[in-house]
Amino acid sequence: MKPAPFRYERPATLEAVLALLDAHGAQAEILAGGQSLMPMLALRVARPDLVIDINRIAGLGDITAIPDGGVRIGARARHAEVMASPLVPALMRSALAHVAHPAIRNRGTLGGSLALADPAAEMPCCMVALGARIVTLSSRGETHHDAASFFHGLYSTARRPDEMILRIEIPPLGPQWRFAFLEEARRLGDYAIAGVALAMGAGEVRLAFCGVEPAPRCLPATEALILAGADPLPGLVELAPMDSDDAPEAYRRHLAGVLLKRALREVGHG
Amino acid sequence: MTDLALPQDGWIGRRMPREDTRRLVMGAGRYVDDLACRGELHAAFLRSPYPHAGFRLDLSQAKALDGVAAVFVAEDLARVCGGLICPDLAFPGMVSPQQLPLVAERAVYQGEPIALVLADSRAVAEDAVELIAVDWQELPAITRLDQSLTQDAPPVHLGLASNLGWSTQIGTDLRDAFAGAALVVETTLDFARNTGVTLEPRGLIAQWDAGALELRISHQMPHQLQLHIAELFGVAMSRVRVICGDVGGGFGLKMHIYQDELATIAAARLIGRPVRFIADRMESLMADIHAREHRIHGRMAVDAQGRIIGFDIDDLHGMGAYSVFPRSSTREAMSALAVIGAPYLHQVFHARLRCALQNKVPTGQLRAVGNPIGCAITERLVDLAASARGEDRLVFRARNLLPEAMQPWTSPSGFRLFGLSHHRCLERLQKLMDLPKLRAEISDACASGRWLGLGFASLVEFTAPNSRSYGPTGAPVAAVDAVVATLEMTGDISVRASVSEIGQGIRQSLAQVMADAMGVPAENVAVLTGDTATVPHGGGAWASRGAAIGGEAAWQAGVALRAQILEIAAALLQAQAADLDIRFGQVVDQHGSARMGLDELSRIVTLQSYLLPDGMQGQLSVSRTYRREADSALPNNGIQAVLVEIDPDTGHISALRHWVVFDCGRVLNPLLVEEQIRGGVVMGLGQALLEACSYDSGGQFISATLADYKVPMADDAPDIEVALVETPYAGSAVGAKGAGEAGACAAPAALLNAVNDALAGQGAQISALPITPLDVLRALGRVPQA
Ligand SMILES: Cc1cc2nc3c(=O)[nH]c(=O)nc-3n(C[C@H](O)[C@H](O)[C@H](O)COP(=O)(O)OP(=O)(O)OC[C@H]3O[C@@H](n4cnc5c(N)ncnc54)[C@H](O)[C@@H]3O)c2cc1C
Repeated sequence: MKPAPFRYERPATLEAVLALLDAHGAQAEILAGGQSLMPMLALRVARPDLVIDINRIAGLGDITAIPDGGVRIGARARHAEVMASPLVPALMRSALAHVAHPAIRNRGTLGGSLALADPAAEMPCCMVALGARIVTLSSRGETHHDAASFFHGLYSTARRPDEMILRIEIPPLGPQWRFAFLEEARRLGDYAIAGVALAMGAGEVRLAFCGVEPAPRCLPATEALILAGADPLPGLVELAPMDSDDAPEAYRRHLAGVLLKRALREVGHG
Repeated sequence: MTDLALPQDGWIGRRMPREDTRRLVMGAGRYVDDLACRGELHAAFLRSPYPHAGFRLDLSQAKALDGVAAVFVAEDLARVCGGLICPDLAFPGMVSPQQLPLVAERAVYQGEPIALVLADSRAVAEDAVELIAVDWQELPAITRLDQSLTQDAPPVHLGLASNLGWSTQIGTDLRDAFAGAALVVETTLDFARNTGVTLEPRGLIAQWDAGALELRISHQMPHQLQLHIAELFGVAMSRVRVICGDVGGGFGLKMHIYQDELATIAAARLIGRPVRFIADRMESLMADIHAREHRIHGRMAVDAQGRIIGFDIDDLHGMGAYSVFPRSSTREAMSALAVIGAPYLHQVFHARLRCALQNKVPTGQLRAVGNPIGCAITERLVDLAASARGEDRLVFRARNLLPEAMQPWTSPSGFRLFGLSHHRCLERLQKLMDLPKLRAEISDACASGRWLGLGFASLVEFTAPNSRSYGPTGAPVAAVDAVVATLEMTGDISVRASVSEIGQGIRQSLAQVMADAMGVPAENVAVLTGDTATVPHGGGAWASRGAAIGGEAAWQAGVALRAQILEIAAALLQAQAADLDIRFGQVVDQHGSARMGLDELSRIVTLQSYLLPDGMQGQLSVSRTYRREADSALPNNGIQAVLVEIDPDTGHISALRHWVVFDCGRVLNPLLVEEQIRGGVVMGLGQALLEACSYDSGGQFISATLADYKVPMADDAPDIEVALVETPYAGSAVGAKGAGEAGACAAPAALLNAVNDALAGQGAQISALPITPLDVLRALGRVPQA
């Protein structure tokens, strides 16, 4: 369990990162918290020629309020920092309690989690439910992605090989918004078998699952039923859950329904 | 046997943290991978990625890689090391082909080592492993237990007519006994494979020097390994030194002899340089022994008064591709059968056992060997019988538990049961749980829609066997232990003991025994273990024997040393030895007045021996080997209970509280015993709810990381209340029985019963471990069956 040989760079500036990405793109991996990349390297599942360590770049983990509302989270903000920040929506804080364990949260980053796009990861579905914007950067400039269209499938995103995730912008959500994050996992800190992120405002609802489909997305039919005050479960036919021996399709679908109902109860709806 | 009364205010029985704790917790432990050897090479193995495949290798590219010193295959190692054939004297007809350190031509389980690379670093060695070009011919494989013995099952080893590795029948025909029964209950339980998951993986550094081997290894029984190596490599035992420093957990998996370990030692011999191999976590999960894979069918007959008549058992056990060397994979099933029904009075017993070969890593002895299976089937049948009779489960148990007045009692399966305190434990448990109050709380909670369940399990475990257990089998397993006790010139006692410290704290317990035997404070005793060059020959760590056998050896050595020292003191003080005693490190007279420190006495004997009277040599050292002649094993007993909650919608199971009442005879140190129990319970919880070595339908191993092989974490463990009942073993001075495994014996059974109790109102039943939330939902019909 030792990585295959790779070259290692630890640039001090974003420009240097972009230049390396330009030159090596698909053959390079960015190292943020390393909590997923290091095991993938050790298992030789990831075999980059080059590892670009972004831990020395100043300010990349800052969490700041956007002047006209909302919050901007640097890609390298650690899970623990996000969890402790009073600026981020409560949804993220409660979801992060399900992400791994304190030691891992001290290193793992929001940008790393979104770039990895594990189907069972909590942060991607929270981004969808919060209507977040994911900002990537390349030598061509910044690209702004709606979270709802950023996640394409298993470990696959809209990010191009020459791009890095720079920051995440969460739009302002006023005090009338209520949030719930719930998941089922075998042990606390395991990746979710199924999880739900729910955000409900006045006349507005956003909902996304993790662990159920290959990638989180908006579920308009279910959302419409919720807004109409109807039973939302029939809406879940729009889900196409993943299927595996230990978590077959029917199980994930069942859990999605259970968790959604509980989440709605938690935000005081139904 | 001399029954010397233990001192009332002694060290035995004191709740003392073990001396090693601070050092280990502070990260100052020294495990194999913390040691370095100048000039060492690192080993990495090419292992079979298939459960069954022929292969042809091209090593040229691997050998050419920079930093690679050698690549060895089976025929290279055959020049210096023999193969392993599991002794079968106790298991006539057992099928288990020879195992070579590296397999030749055809691998029969996934993870079997095929080639070994030696390189300057482990990373380079792994690079080279990738460069070995292999032409694989995949062969049909059998991994599923339930299909291993079918007509059309492919043979695990080419040419085998059947995959039946061994089979036996125990007991007598039950037809009449069962025909007359008022009630016969039956069930079938399935148990997934588990493995040990030691914090420190297996690892070794082998260094040959002029035909002598120095081996540092994470292992449970250095002396036995020393003998095996001497025999396999054709060298004298005195030329083999095995050193086990800090051992980061054993759980039984470090008492077997592994192909990769032998290959490493052989490679070191061939290359003439030290070689290090540390199993990584994937190798550990895939290729350390597995255990506990059984499908067991049980029937229990009960008479009209609710008394158990007997048991009829049919056990199918997964052995893996070989019978594990040297103890045999069949052992586990035999241990399981031995404890079926053991807590309860019954008249008849019959069991059929079939051990099936499979294209999977061999199974071996894992903490509580077989007991979780035997306990679970017994306790499940007991619950089913109580429920069929419409009777409280504890009332049924109380009626059937073996009463003290009837002991010793020989069970129909031939095991001698004595010194068991079942009814006292049961009473104590009900108090510990505050059962009436708890039951009221449970029914309130259930009335408000929660699904709670309570499960119980009684246990008997046969611990600390004497040589009648392995002696006749041909396996070189020592059931004796030895202690050399020495008075040092600083007045302290060095104890060199053959028992092994693997994290369980036996050194602390022996120090307390020696302190009482010698009359010195426990902190003035240092116990050394694990080095064949400095400690005497003995069994090491297995079968919960450290306290019962090693403790007795320490007691006898201490008592003898005390007598020897009092002789010397009497001569120096011109007194009668009988009028002197040793207390708190001082020689005292009849009035308790200090006459001479042990330090002073030791200095005179060693440095100023002219002061000794003529003819006295003044021995400051004593060696004692202890074998127990009577009682082939020491049964312990206890009872566990657990409260679980099931989430009706997700199927999620939470263990809320767990209680244990346990009797392991004389308790040397309650703190250590209680923590062994708690650790065992958590391990049992893993078996019941989380842990499974899994293979997909194509036979691929899919639980090779700790994300997939799920061990319980701190959040998963409930509070575990432990109470101890003490019924000392009457046949020894110290009176200890085994304590290290019992927690793991009964916890799975208690959890299985608790989950079924919680589901009882829903008409759902669970009969396979581990119990997943998905299993619960399927049993409830909320998710369709697979
Ligand atoms: C035991 C354990 C349990 C875990 N449990 C969970 C869990 O329950 N839920 C969960 O969500 N996660 C879990 N994780 C993963 C953890 O949250 C990771 O930290 C996270 O997924 C990746 O973040 P990282 O900063 O560590 O990224 P890294 O490991 O450094 O990188 C991961 C991937 O993202 C890429 N990357 C990183 N940063 C950027 C960037 N700024 N721009 C572009 N690409 C980038 C890397 O190149 C790499 O491909 C667990 C991890 C462990 C070890």
